[in-house]
Amino acid sequence: MRTPMSLIDLATPSRFVALSARLMPALVALTAVAFLIGGIQAYLAPDDYQQGATVKIMFIHVPTAWLGIFAWVVMSAAALGTLVWRHPLADVAAKAAAPIGSAFTLICLLTGSLWGRPMWGTYWVWDARLTSVLVLFLLYLGVLALWHTIDDPTLAARTVAVFTLVGAINIPIIKFSVEWWNTLHQGASVFRLGGSAIDPSILLPLMSMLAAFTLLFLTLHLAAMRNEILRRRLRTMLLMKAEAAARA
Amino acid sequence: MQIVAEGLACVRGGREVFRNLHFAVNRGEMLAITGPNGAGKSSLLRVVAGLVRPSEGRLILHGGDAELSIGEQAHYVGHQDAFKPSLTVQENLVFWSDFLGGGEVATSLARVGLCALAHLPARYLSAGQRRRLSLARLLAVERPLWLLDEPGSALDAAGQGLLADIVVAHVGKGGIILAAIHGPLPQAAKELKLAGAGALAGDGRGAPEKARL
Amino acid sequence: MSPLSALLLRDLRLAVRLGGGALVGVLFFLIVVTLVPFAVGPDLALLTRIGPAMLWLGALLATLLGLDRLLASDHEDGSLDLLFTGRMPLELALATKAFAHWLTTAVPLVLAAPVLGVLLNLDPSSTAAVAITLLVGTPALTFIGLIGAALTVGLRRGGLLLAVLILPLNIPVLIFGVAASSAATAATVPFRGPLLILCALSLMSLVLGPVAAAITLRQGLD
Repeated sequence: MRTPMSLIDLATPSRFVALSARLMPALVALTAVAFLIGGIQAYLAPDDYQQGATVKIMFIHVPTAWLGIFAWVVMSAAALGTLVWRHPLADVAAKAAAPIGSAFTLICLLTGSLWGRPMWGTYWVWDARLTSVLVLFLLYLGVLALWHTIDDPTLAARTVAVFTLVGAINIPIIKFSVEWWNTLHQGASVFRLGGSAIDPSILLPLMSMLAAFTLLFLTLHLAAMRNEILRRRLRTMLLMKAEAAARA
Repeated sequence: MQIVAEGLACVRGGREVFRNLHFAVNRGEMLAITGPNGAGKSSLLRVVAGLVRPSEGRLILHGGDAELSIGEQAHYVGHQDAFKPSLTVQENLVFWSDFLGGGEVATSLARVGLCALAHLPARYLSAGQRRRLSLARLLAVERPLWLLDEPGSALDAAGQGLLADIVVAHVGKGGIILAAIHGPLPQAAKELKLAGAGALAGDGRGAPEKARL
Repeated sequence: MSPLSALLLRDLRLAVRLGGGALVGVLFFLIVVTLVPFAVGPDLALLTRIGPAMLWLGALLATLLGLDRLLASDHEDGSLDLLFTGRMPLELALATKAFAHWLTTAVPLVLAAPVLGVLLNLDPSSTAAVAITLLVGTPALTFIGLIGAALTVGLRRGGLLLAVLILPLNIPVLIFGVAASSAATAATVPFRGPLLILCALSLMSLVLGPVAAAITLRQGLD
């Protein structure tokens, strides 16, 4: 696979650190602006006739759901980078994305729970969508546990990469089976989060918030990647120190 | 102080590793235990330390603390270091020092040359450095009896020198050392040769192993 | 620092630094509880009724998971040998290790139980009852588990055998734990009775566990 020289240069960790340092301020500013626009639009959007103002939790709930999936896609792409091309930045990208994806998924669960409370009278129901997100959250926690438990960074990266890809294949299957399970037990009404939420007056703010949250993810991911690279440098320096002391 | 073994025998994994072992080591003396692999050198040390029960015979420590077992008055340095990888060098040594009865950690670390690495997690140490840390543990807590299983393994020339100095100093202060070693004997050590494979050294007719000067 | 404090501090430090053990236990607890509705269906009324039992089962299994590491890691690096040579009775050293293990593995489960109670649609009084019974009952699980850990130390695949050995011994704890939890809502049995028996079981195990484990280990570490 032929890539232009500049892209390869970008890929080496020290170049990456330098470049990301230059990008960060712009990215942060862009994210802030996007949230400002999205926030204002969300505030001005009309209330739902049935749910009132609580429907606006959707403006956080839906984007975070999307980002939970998106983060896993990023992790899967990074996993391929690790396993197929052995690219060092791929390891870093995967490790950085995991906690961010977990956090967004958790926020999705919590906002879904808060949203549902007025409607269902309880903080949790086992409806298909929420349950699927919960299972995704469990998978994320498994990834975090793997990263934490395996000492050697290279081995950890490859192990997590395999698990990520297996998860990527499995997530659609899990979602399908959970929906099937849910219809199987459907005596009661179908709990639908959001109902008919595709009215244009709602759609536009939703799209803005989606863009804002995506920018947030990119900013956080970039920052996390830089931190991880610096962390690895520290580890290498500690190792070298021990080696030097041994030779002395 | 004197440690005496009478008619010691040991069975490991269904196999009799040694039998009818006798020795007596006085204060200020070192007993070097030699023999081929599998002869039972490690097993003997573990029996003395109280980690393995002998199948026959007994061990007596004269002049020690009657309230404590032999193991509680000894330092046992086996093949493994008993250091936790996620704790720092200092934390590891301080823990063992506190647990085994208290002592001087800083000077011990300095003596074995690991001061600079005091705050490094132990997982980053080489095998030789871990061995030195074991030696630091010997120095940090005062115990009269040392049970050393191949103490020189993994040590470079400087480390061997350090070990020799420490051993001589301990014996000089009236301590007792039982050490399983491969290779050349230090001066002034008694030798106990284990023949291995349950057989007896010497004339092979059942004469007890005796410590030879 | 006294030997007991030193040992306690070391084990707590290790648990925090390695982190895996405690949090993976809670994660397992979460997963087991999540599996329940998949097995029995999402009927909220049913979940409320069996919720306390499922939480207890989940906590029991999660405690079991961490137990083989209790002694195995010390056995692997030779620390267990040196525990014998300390100035502390072996029984007390083992009790200290079990206590540290309980603090770092079982207490997080107790804290997680209320959150998981929400998933199973438990009302606050049920949830509180479950949390209290777990707090009182998990020491029994840990200290009896200590015996299993000693019996299987040094064995490969010891973890599964440990579970087989220990689970039957933990049946009384499970029975009274669930009885006390359900009593808080069903009010067929008073809450105090089973709870006190649970306390008794835990207190008994505080003694029985370390003593039996020490006897086991003294048979000769090979």
